[in-house]
Amino acid sequence: MTMSSIRKTYIKSIGGAIVMFAFAIFVMPPLYDLFCEVTGIGGKTSGRYEADIAGVDESRTVRVQFVATNNAEMDWDFKPTVFEVKVHPGQPTPVTFYAKNTTDRDMVAQAIPNVVPNNAAQYFHKTECFCFNQQPLTAGEEAELPLVFIVDKDLPRTVNTITLSYTLFDVTDRFAGKVVQLN
Amino acid sequence: MAHGPSKGIGRWLFTTNHKDIGTMYLWFSFAMFLLGGFFAMVIRAELFQPGMQIIRPEFFNQMTTMHGLVMVFGAIMPAFVGLANWMIPLQIGAPDMALPRMNNLSFWILPFAFAILASTLFMEGGAPNFGWTFYAPLSTTYAPPSVNYFIFGVHIMGASSIMGSINIVATVLNMRAPGMTLMKMPLFVWTWLITAFLLIAVMPVLAGAVTMMLMDINFGTSFFDAAGGGDPVLFQHVFWFFGHPEVYIIILPAFGVISAIIPTFSRKPLFGYSSMVYATAAIAFLSFIVWAHHMFTVGMPLTGELYFMYATMLIAVPTGVKVFNWISTMFQGAMTFETPMLFSIAFVILFTIGGFTGLMLSIAPSDIQYHDTYFVVAHFHYVMVAGAVFSGTAAVYYWLPKWCGKMYNETMGKLQFWIAFIAFNITFFPQHFLGLAGMPRRYADYSLQFADWNMVSSIGAFVYGAAQLLFLYNVIHTIVAGKPVSEPKTWEGAEGLEWTVATPAPYHTFSTPPEVK
Amino acid sequence: MRPNVKQLFLRALALFMLSPLAFAAQAEAEGSSWLKGLNMTQGVTEVSRQIYDLHMLIFWVCVVIGVIVFAVMFYSMIVHRKSKGYKAANFHESTSVEIAWTVVPALILIVMAIPATSALINLYDTSEAELDIKVTGYQWKWQYEYLGEDVQFMSEIATPEAEIYNQEDKGEFYLAQVNNPLVIPVDTKVRFLITAKDVIHSWWMTDFGVKKDAIPGFINETWAKVEKTGVYRGYCTELCGQGHAFMPIVVNVVEKDEYAQWIADKKQAAAAMRELASKEFTMDELMERGEAVYNQSCASCHQANGEGIPGVFPAMKGGAITTGPVEGHLDIVVNGKGGTAMQAFGAQLSEVDLAAVITYERNAWGNNLGDVVQPVDVLTFKQGQ
Repeated sequence: MTMSSIRKTYIKSIGGAIVMFAFAIFVMPPLYDLFCEVTGIGGKTSGRYEADIAGVDESRTVRVQFVATNNAEMDWDFKPTVFEVKVHPGQPTPVTFYAKNTTDRDMVAQAIPNVVPNNAAQYFHKTECFCFNQQPLTAGEEAELPLVFIVDKDLPRTVNTITLSYTLFDVTDRFAGKVVQLN
Repeated sequence: MAHGPSKGIGRWLFTTNHKDIGTMYLWFSFAMFLLGGFFAMVIRAELFQPGMQIIRPEFFNQMTTMHGLVMVFGAIMPAFVGLANWMIPLQIGAPDMALPRMNNLSFWILPFAFAILASTLFMEGGAPNFGWTFYAPLSTTYAPPSVNYFIFGVHIMGASSIMGSINIVATVLNMRAPGMTLMKMPLFVWTWLITAFLLIAVMPVLAGAVTMMLMDINFGTSFFDAAGGGDPVLFQHVFWFFGHPEVYIIILPAFGVISAIIPTFSRKPLFGYSSMVYATAAIAFLSFIVWAHHMFTVGMPLTGELYFMYATMLIAVPTGVKVFNWISTMFQGAMTFETPMLFSIAFVILFTIGGFTGLMLSIAPSDIQYHDTYFVVAHFHYVMVAGAVFSGTAAVYYWLPKWCGKMYNETMGKLQFWIAFIAFNITFFPQHFLGLAGMPRRYADYSLQFADWNMVSSIGAFVYGAAQLLFLYNVIHTIVAGKPVSEPKTWEGAEGLEWTVATPAPYHTFSTPPEVK
Repeated sequence: MRPNVKQLFLRALALFMLSPLAFAAQAEAEGSSWLKGLNMTQGVTEVSRQIYDLHMLIFWVCVVIGVIVFAVMFYSMIVHRKSKGYKAANFHESTSVEIAWTVVPALILIVMAIPATSALINLYDTSEAELDIKVTGYQWKWQYEYLGEDVQFMSEIATPEAEIYNQEDKGEFYLAQVNNPLVIPVDTKVRFLITAKDVIHSWWMTDFGVKKDAIPGFINETWAKVEKTGVYRGYCTELCGQGHAFMPIVVNVVEKDEYAQWIADKKQAAAAMRELASKEFTMDELMERGEAVYNQSCASCHQANGEGIPGVFPAMKGGAITTGPVEGHLDIVVNGKGGTAMQAFGAQLSEVDLAAVITYERNAWGNNLGDVVQPVDVLTFKQGQ
């Protein structure tokens, strides 16, 4: 053994530890997001859908259901206008969600979408969604929030029902004064 | 060059001697074991009967959290680091650890970290109450104010472990006596070498997880907060990427101890030395790729669950190999059953039972019924208490004569063993039934159909706690008034360089490296 | 050979190790039940039975392997002892043996993986459910929503605090009873959509073989098709704060026609609630109507001036109940008071009238509490009983 061989081991080990720490903070979260986005695992849908889908697959009908949840102390009225629609893959479909700020203060909300089954998420495209932005509503104000979606024609044939869930979060503190485009 | 230790408190504060530091780690870990054990007594006292008799549910959650944190990070890990410090230089013929001053630092930040953690009990809002696995958002958005101190404490403990592991790697790779090739090292050194690599790889990931928590709580980030585009499940992935290797970090050195003790008392060499090394390495490798078996109910897709189920089941193979090798070591040996051997045999039996329940847990569909129930609690106490703690206890009885030149009282040792063994099983075996019957874990109170086994378990726990006090008595009595022994080779069947130095081991050993054939 | 105490003891130990077999056999024969304490329940769904069978298969494989391995070990401990004069052999490795006990366990694992895989695939199949129910975990209760039916309610623990804090004896379903159980029809594939409002919870019905985490911001799905009617109880299984042990789950599985009736009643009640909830009256409207109702239905006993008849009919003016908490006031007007002449007006007057008269009583004759009771409050109170 020599001091320099010990020092080499020490440097390599510390280096390894730092690399793993950086890996945990800077690589794992984006890798996880990427993995979720590419595979649709976890039900995360992607951002605004811009591609073209040619044609509608009339031979198939898919049920699309909508559910809404208020997070924590979020007190707004928030619910889908219809619970369920039946669509053909490829057909752009508009639906709305009703929201009302029932409190006595101006607030900003963020709706976070999530889809089941997991293998449907990457085939569920939103061309227009109120979840792309924060939603500010003044005290007592109500709104019809739009969503336009297309079910991809490549949706696995085993999937016949897709459920889209929105959770409404209070982000007033985070975004008071400025409304930011999420995607 | 070598002179004896300095006098007074300065000796302990500034020592760079691996024996002193090992001793401090061992005493510290035992104090933490008693502290964590006290929290367990509070838990089992409250769970003795249905209803809230002694504490409120909020405090119960603090007790379960602190019990886990103190036992895992304050008792079990430092205990084996203490054994590593004492025994690795002796077993490889080195004069000390590679980085003696860093060794001192590694130890002394631990009491500091645990003082901070223990002080959270007295803070406004109480101690951490979100389980030792601290899932977000319970541990972020809904955490008590003490959470920042918890994070600070975890960072310090993590730094201690990382530094300790670097020291072990540097020592083992660079300071073996001439002639001691890697494949001639005692298995305890091998298991610690592999464990140290695991620690260097995953402790920083834990640091990353708590740092992301800190940022979410204090700096407005959204790693684990869905509102900002984050994901609570990401926390679980990052945590268990650390957490699963962590449990192998806990058990691999314990395997090493057993692999030293069983050959000694069987008077027969360890069976299948190279297989044991490869099996340990295989377990370490596999430990990285199975983490999500802690997350089978989180909503993973089918392919993911199948993969993690298969990979986890695979760990049974190298683990089984080790158990078979230990039994083959005993087979056709000439056994005696001194206290270290009793604890080691109990390890083999009870760890194997824990391994079986681990195999049951790995079956993802069945895990639907086991997950987050007392079945899991029973499993991990079998492998961690009857596994790691029994192994640590065996190690203390085994090497205590070498450390202090006194022999413990064999009758008292056996008595402590039997009380601990019986009480352990009374405490934890019924918890399998509780889990199967439907009792979830981390429950401050329970429905009436769970009452009988809970009472039995609590009684066992109180006796088991008493057995630890008996252990403490045995150790102190030995040091103070034990029968002096001076044979270098305390045990007839013992092999290894530590049994060639004087008893008790001199302050400085192997200043000149020994010849190893 | 003279009996050796150690040998006898070790044999007894071996028996002790084998005794779980006896327990397991007995428990298996007895099937599932709320109060059995040793083995997993077989449950009341195909999934729960599949899980149970898989559990028992793995269990027996482990027991057999354990018995063989421990038998070898105990034999060795008894025979290969220095005290018996046994001389240690010197063998310490064998490649063929290592290969054998690597390959054989691996094969056993592969065999076990097959039924495990098929059970998991079945568990994941949520296709074509007949009923969708959204389950939302709160700190510390559950909310159930029958999707498409517009029926939703909270399901909270119904065990009284007095039982928890040992002031009263514990009932049979201690910590396993709720105010509004989930009701589902038997023999119907029900899909559960599970999420949470605040922290992570987990919805576990052991009799159904269903457990899924409830994660805030995310939705999970699982399903159950229950084959037997009955009342089934489950628990929250993810640490969620101080009330983690106090948010049980109760599911009533009923015949299909009973379910149809129940959901129709619930929808009607929901519709009534919605109607009334949309009606908000002003203080003036309530006071005017309330005075009319009071004079019609209450004044004959409590007098128009609200002073009652001392010792016979309590005063409304400055009365303990009329100036006390609204809940108590609602209770006595709606439910009456047994053993007295105070009737239960809940059945006699409409919600609007009840709201009006209570508002009037709390503000007239100088009571001036400022309280306004709306019809929806009365309906909420009535439905919460």
